[in-house]
Amino acid sequence: MNKPVSPDELTTDEDGPLYAPRKKVYPQSVSGRFRSIKWRLMAVCLGVYYLLPFVRWHRGLGAPDQAVLIDFPSRRFYFFFIELWPQEVYYFTGLLVLAAFALFLMNALGGRIWCGYLCPQTVWTDLFYAVERLVEGDRRAQMKADAGPMTVKRAGRRALKHAIWLMIAWWTGGAWVLYFADAPTLVRDLATLQAPVIAYVWIAMLTASTYLLAGYMREQVCVYMCPWPRIQAALTDEWALNVTYKYDRGEPRCSVKKAFDIRSLGEKAGDCIDCNQCVAVCPTGIDIRDGAQLGCIQCGLCIDACDAVMTKVSRKTGLIGYDNDINIQRRVAGKQEIFKPVRARTVVYASLITVVCAVMLYALMSRTLLDVNVLHDRNPIAVRLSDGAIRNGYTLRFLNKRGFDRVIAIDVDGPADAKLHVIGADSVTPDRPMIVLGRDTTTELRVLVTAPFDEKAEKSVPVTFRVTDIGLGEVASATDHFVLP
Amino acid sequence: MSEHNEIDRVSGRSTTGHEWDGIKELNTPLPRWWVLTFYATIIWAIGYWVVYPAWPLVSGYTTGLFQYSTRASVATDLADLEKLRGEKMAVLGNASLADIEKDPALLALARARGKTVFADNCAPCHGSGGAGAKGYPNLNDDDWLWGGSLDQIMQTIQFGARSGHAKTHEGQMLAFGRDGVLKKDEIVTVANYVRSLSGLSTAPKFDPAAGKKIFTENCTSCHGDNAKGNPELGAPNLTDQIWLYGSDEETLVETITNGRAGVMPAWVGRLDPVTVKALAVYVHSLGGGK
Ligand code: SF4
Ligand code: SF4
Repeated sequence: MNKPVSPDELTTDEDGPLYAPRKKVYPQSVSGRFRSIKWRLMAVCLGVYYLLPFVRWHRGLGAPDQAVLIDFPSRRFYFFFIELWPQEVYYFTGLLVLAAFALFLMNALGGRIWCGYLCPQTVWTDLFYAVERLVEGDRRAQMKADAGPMTVKRAGRRALKHAIWLMIAWWTGGAWVLYFADAPTLVRDLATLQAPVIAYVWIAMLTASTYLLAGYMREQVCVYMCPWPRIQAALTDEWALNVTYKYDRGEPRCSVKKAFDIRSLGEKAGDCIDCNQCVAVCPTGIDIRDGAQLGCIQCGLCIDACDAVMTKVSRKTGLIGYDNDINIQRRVAGKQEIFKPVRARTVVYASLITVVCAVMLYALMSRTLLDVNVLHDRNPIAVRLSDGAIRNGYTLRFLNKRGFDRVIAIDVDGPADAKLHVIGADSVTPDRPMIVLGRDTTTELRVLVTAPFDEKAEKSVPVTFRVTDIGLGEVASATDHFVLP
Repeated sequence: MSEHNEIDRVSGRSTTGHEWDGIKELNTPLPRWWVLTFYATIIWAIGYWVVYPAWPLVSGYTTGLFQYSTRASVATDLADLEKLRGEKMAVLGNASLADIEKDPALLALARARGKTVFADNCAPCHGSGGAGAKGYPNLNDDDWLWGGSLDQIMQTIQFGARSGHAKTHEGQMLAFGRDGVLKKDEIVTVANYVRSLSGLSTAPKFDPAAGKKIFTENCTSCHGDNAKGNPELGAPNLTDQIWLYGSDEETLVETITNGRAGVMPAWVGRLDPVTVKALAVYVHSLGGGK
């Protein structure tokens, strides 16, 4: 604890500096269990990101054969066997809801594991650190070089580092645009300067942001810019496993030799030898021994560092580990540690995830490939014809989500003796208008329903338009009202 | 910030002097990049004032270095639009009216174009959906003064009615009362007779034979022997259920006394030929066309 401040020290007339200069963090390389998990996850994340646009998926003639494609010009989203139309954006809502619950669940189980292992900021920063260490050396070498004068050799190394960083950043921005057009074609167009300007603009923007965020901002993104640490702090509970320094076991800190002396006197000495390795490896530059704090992204590297130290001094590993305060209190009280992954909170999150998944899956499976929407004319809402009959006008919009043209017939169920007239429909079949729907398109038609005027009829009766695919027999319908003037 | 700052007992750092419910705020300086970014935005704003129109003056405003104006940029956008539209509209220009209606793609194009042009030019009289109003025909029904075929609609749009254009539709309902051709009681009688033609009720003392006689002598030359009207003259069908000015006795007496001569402007010089074509297709597709 800090030393007490005397009362006359309690006021000051100084405002302090306007800004806090950044303390550069030089995280030391480390190896161990969590580091290797991180390497593997990094490989998977980057692999998916860079290669996914090149995965092919055959969808039939005229349809794009890219597995994942966001096709803005024709307003379609392709994800393997799924093809979504703009009016189906609720699937994305579902995905976002799912992502939120998954984040909550992760948080309830293991704190900010998203931050430490999967967040793009972490993944790319980690990659940039790796490059930096490769070129400029590890923590000590870098600190020493930064403290000393700028030499030609150092300048050369620095230039090399930035060149590699820029290359990665550029590659990152380049991969992004491949999700928005046929990847192989776009790569060729980009190379031959034939690609649309917007593609180059996006690549430039993402190159710049990757370079800045992963090369310069690093942990500052997590500490100052990201909202998640603030949100997760409100979502977490006392059971969540966080990277924790087990102070019950570590304190009081003392050197190996001193600990030996203290122990030989029969008193308690802590296991922490105050070697500061956990601080040296931390990518956000914090001291986990100060307790849970906003700067910790739960990357587990301090665990690896401390475990290595503990092994060296022949003590039990796990002085820092995924733990929580409950267990520390229990150990202090001489009770058994407990871990409770199954709690009301996690059960609720898991069930919500299951429910959302099930709903989305059901919606996807029962997605109709023929659809019709109806819009009633508002002005005029009804028209009286010269023979006294009443006519209502509607706009029908047909959606053919199949990859081929098809012929549909339109029928109407409405007021007695209602007659249907489709403007522009084939005049060969006036009783049952038929039209051709182009593949993978919407078609809008104006439709008139005429019925004899019946004084005693209700002011408004339901009218249903039924659409039948002549070839496949698929049926869709939409209902509106037929009104009297 | 208060002049007299406290030092926080626990952290040993100064506070800002702000206090909420006993919780005091530590004076934690912002990171340097944050502060620099803030300054950069201020400099950016100053640059913006110089480069773009920004400050209002007594009469006018600072125009900036680039001479940027939203009006000019709208004009460029409109020119681009016209160019784009020109390409699409050329297809409509080359197709015949009947062909346009048969081809779903052309029909959709013509309707889309027609709809916006209608809203801009025709809606003030005919209503946004073409429902019309008293004296302004409803374009959704099947009663057409000057004919409801595609060609006839196009003709009417081009040259109007009583518009003063050389090829306009002419013909008007005479002012039988005002000009002294018919007397007041004759007008009432023939008005009742006309109501009876489309099955509407008549006044109790009405004499059908007298009405028919007046009608035959004065009205059949335009409205026809069977009173079904004549699109050549714009004479309405008097036997149907549709009345441009109203069908009650008072309105009919007014019509017969003072005549009617509604005017539809000619659009031929004001809208380009392709637009008129699209408009004709649109109006025809409203449903009342023949
Ligand atoms: S304290 Fe440990 S887990 Fe937290 S960010 Fe630092 S190294 Fe990673
Ligand atoms: S690495 Fe382990 S032993 Fe070393 S200071 Fe950190 S907690 Fe203590």
